[in-house]
Formats: sequence, structure tokens, C-alpha cells
Amino acid sequence: MNGALDVALRLLVVFVVFLTFPLIVGQTEHKVMAHMQGRLGPMYAGGFHGWAQLVADGVKFAQKEDVVPAGADRRVFQLAPAVALLPYLVVLLAIPIGPGEGAVGQVLDAGIFFVLAVMGVGVLGSLMAGWASANKFSLLGGLRTAAQLLAYELPMLLAAASVAMAAGTVSLPGILDAFHWWWLPWQIVGAVVFFVAGLAELQRPPFDMPVADSEIIFGAYTEYTGLRFALFLLAEYAGIIVLCGLTTVLFLGGWHGPWGADGLGWVWTLLKTAVLAFVVIWLRVTYPRLREDQLQKLSWTLLVPLSLAQIALTGIVKVVIQ
Amino acid sequence: MTLSAAEHGFLSPTGVEIAFLLVGLVTFGAALVTVTTRQLVHAALWLVVTLGGLAVEYLLLTAEFIAWVQVLIYVGSVVVLLLFGLMLTKAPIGRSPDADSGNRWAALTVAVAAAAALVWVVVDAFRTTWVDLDGPASGSTAVTGASLFQNWVLPFEALSVLLLAALVGAIVLSRKAKAESSSPPVNSRAVTGGSPSVPDSRNHPIGGQAPAGQSKSAVQQSPAEQEGAR
Repeated sequence: MNGALDVALRLLVVFVVFLTFPLIVGQTEHKVMAHMQGRLGPMYAGGFHGWAQLVADGVKFAQKEDVVPAGADRRVFQLAPAVALLPYLVVLLAIPIGPGEGAVGQVLDAGIFFVLAVMGVGVLGSLMAGWASANKFSLLGGLRTAAQLLAYELPMLLAAASVAMAAGTVSLPGILDAFHWWWLPWQIVGAVVFFVAGLAELQRPPFDMPVADSEIIFGAYTEYTGLRFALFLLAEYAGIIVLCGLTTVLFLGGWHGPWGADGLGWVWTLLKTAVLAFVVIWLRVTYPRLREDQLQKLSWTLLVPLSLAQIALTGIVKVVIQ
Repeated sequence: MTLSAAEHGFLSPTGVEIAFLLVGLVTFGAALVTVTTRQLVHAALWLVVTLGGLAVEYLLLTAEFIAWVQVLIYVGSVVVLLLFGLMLTKAPIGRSPDADSGNRWAALTVAVAAAAALVWVVVDAFRTTWVDLDGPASGSTAVTGASLFQNWVLPFEALSVLLLAALVGAIVLSRKAKAESSSPPVNSRAVTGGSPSVPDSRNHPIGGQAPAGQSKSAVQQSPAEQEGAR
């Protein structure tokens, strides 16, 4: 009974995090973007600085009619948002936010492989949406999504492999246990590669060619309305949380911090994740969109060689210090 | 890991064994739908279910590492590549009437023969081997890595070389196709089959300056010929 209660509690916490954190990131994005662009952003909903704007947006989405185009492949069209969103919920289970077994949803033996594998499944949702909409813009968006995933999956995996080599384990809590502060400069190239490739996998600006609204409307999501569209948006923000959390855990030391290690590790994890999420928003406001060929070139000619160099460096240092 | 078969019976299955069987049935059903459906993209999506079911089977056998790699490589990359190819070429919504092969019975025969051979070999080899589910995981990353790089190094390296050769071959082929497409377009099949009056510019450099109308007619001819060749 106690064990079942423990499992239920963990699942509940992960679920609550999954429901609230993406909204917090979304609201932060409203505000940060507005201030970087010299305007106020939402100010009226809820009174204080428009804090309830996303709740209002959610109610609006729920009220809209759920339209499935007549020519669409009905079942695949309706299934796609769930396929896009659920993997991020599952990934959250494996991300440790503090030391010990109490601060992670489920300790997994091959944690890195688990999170990367399940994150890759999420992209299938975009592909299904792009194909099933029976719309040229959607199909173009789906094609670009697939090309982007194929290009950026490799550097992401290689960068993660570098950390696994350094730690000598593929378990996420195990990597954190092995972390030392000097890993930060040692793995910095891998960290940048991982973060950039993750951004590209999430299709966040400047890598938002698959949803480029000024060219192909909204890519794979063009035909979606109401709650299903909201689910795709939620998937994007949940993806930001997952990517920032993973970068924190793999490269920035997770719950390790200069002080306050006892019992306050989770604060460090959340703080680092929040800073990275801010960087994601910052990049969106700052950089213009990369063209499709520039996207591919960046991955194959810069990120893949850099991650390979990082693996070589990791191997050399690892052999030397043993 | 290996216990004698006498301690285990087939008559009183445990929960894990029942789950294994049920997932196996689902996987088998999804695989059948994959090869029989007339909707190309649906076939690819059913393939996702099949491969995912296989990953669950690995998980039930405590081979966690293999399971996640299965999802990462097959679901995350191979199926995405497959869908990419389908979308690039031809992926209509609904049934494709031409998505059927005349080799149906030959394919079925080969599939059944291969399955029978595999099942026979596996049953013969591992009939008395049991995975101990209660003890430490016998398929964990550490165990898998140790056995891979101690007992199975030679096959591992041979496979690596094979993959490297495939990689190099793919690069060579793609570069060759690029070099051909950058040279003046000559449809050799149209030349040999259809109109002998159009000269091959590569063999006859002077003849390469043939009137544009002639070469155009040769190009126009080619699709019809390709249809005829099928």
C-alpha cells in the first residue's frame, strides 16, 4: 500500500509540474518578449500585470470549435496532438531535480537513452499532423520537420554520449553524482551543441523553419483549431522545460551549487532550468529565422564536427586522469 | 540467470509472462496490419506500434538498454526517415490501389519459412534458459556492455566495419549521382530505344550541339517508355 501511494504521489507531482511549468514559461515569454520589444505585453487579464492571460487563452481555445478538414485522414489527424504532447510528460518522469532517489520520478538504468528516445517520438506527432491534414502547407511543414529531426538528432546524441563517457554511466542521477565543477569548462562545447540541437528539435526560433508562419502559415499545425492546437502549443512549451531540464542535468550539474547543498538542491535545478528557459525566449526575440539550407549546413558542417571533437576531448581527458 | 527448466512450468504463468504474451500478440497483429494495409502512411505508423511493442518485450525481459535503443533508432529515426521518403514521393490520403504486389504468395512463403527457421533455432537454443526477473537485472547497461565488449567484440567490430562500408558507399553513390546530373542531360534510354537520330553528347562531342527541338523530343519520349518498360 505504501509503495502504491509513493508511486501515485510521484506521478501526481510530475503531472502537476507538467501542467503548470509550461504555462509559467509561456507567461514569461509574453512578458520577456514584450519588454525586449519595448512594449508591455498582456496587462488586463487577472489584474496584476495580466497574470491570467494564459488561463484566458486556455478558456478561449477550449471554446473554439474542433474542426477536422473534410479531406483529412480523420483518425491520424485527431491522434497527432496526443503523440506530440505525451512523450514530454513521460520524459519528465526521468529528470532528477535533487540528490537521492526521492527527487526523481523514476530512476532509470539507461536514463539518457530513455529521454532522447522518447523525445524523438514526439516529433512523430508533427509528421502525422503534417501528412494527415491534406494541406500543402502542412505537408511542407511535415517534410521540414522530418529533415530537421534527421539533421539534429545526431549531434544531440553525440553531445549526450560525451557526458555519459565522462561520467561512466548513462543513468541521469548517476551522471549528477559523478559531476565536478570542472566538467563545466570541459564539456562546454558539448553543452552548446546539445542545447542548440535541442532547440532545433523543438522547432523554436531561430530554427522554426517547419512552422514559419510568414511562408507556410503554421506548417504542420495549419489546419488545427481549438484544443488540439492548444495541445501542440503546450507540447512546445513542455519541450522547452524538458530541454532546459536535461541541459541542466547533463551539463550544468543539476542540483550541485556553490552553497546550500543540503536539502536545497532542487532550488539549484529549478534556477538553472529557469535561466536556460529565459535564454530560449531571448533567442526567439533576438535572432532571425534560419533558412532551410542554412539549417542543414549548420548541423552537418558545424554541430556534428564540434560534437565529435568534444567526444575526442572527453576521451583524451578521461584516459589522462585515470 | 540460467536455471533449470524443471523449476518453471508453462502451465502456471506469472503476471510478467502473461503480459509478455499479450504484448507479443499486439506486436504480431500490428506487424500483420503493417504489411497488409493499403494505406502507405498507415503502414509506417503501424510499424511504429510494432517496433514499440518489441521495445516493451525487451523491457519485460529486463533488457532496458536494448529497449530504449530500439525506440531511439527505429521509432525515432528509421520511421521518421521512412515517413520523410513517403511524403517526398507519394503518400495519398486513403488507399493506394497500386500498393499491392503480385508477389504476395512468394512473400508469404518466404516470411513463413524465415519465421519458422528463426523460431525453431531460438527455441532449440534457449529452451532451458530462464531470465531471473527478481534478482539484479540481467540485461542492464553494465551487463550488456560487459558481454558486448568481452565475449562479442569480434562480431561487434565486424558489424562496425560493415556499417562504415555502407556509409562510405552511400556517400560515393550520392556524389556520383550529383556529378551525373551536373553534366549535360542526356537520356541514354531514350537514345538507344526511341530515336537513334539524337546523338549521345558524351560519345560525340560535336554532336552534342544537336538542335534543341530534337533533344526535347527525346526527353518527352522517356516517360512513356518508362511506363512501357514496367
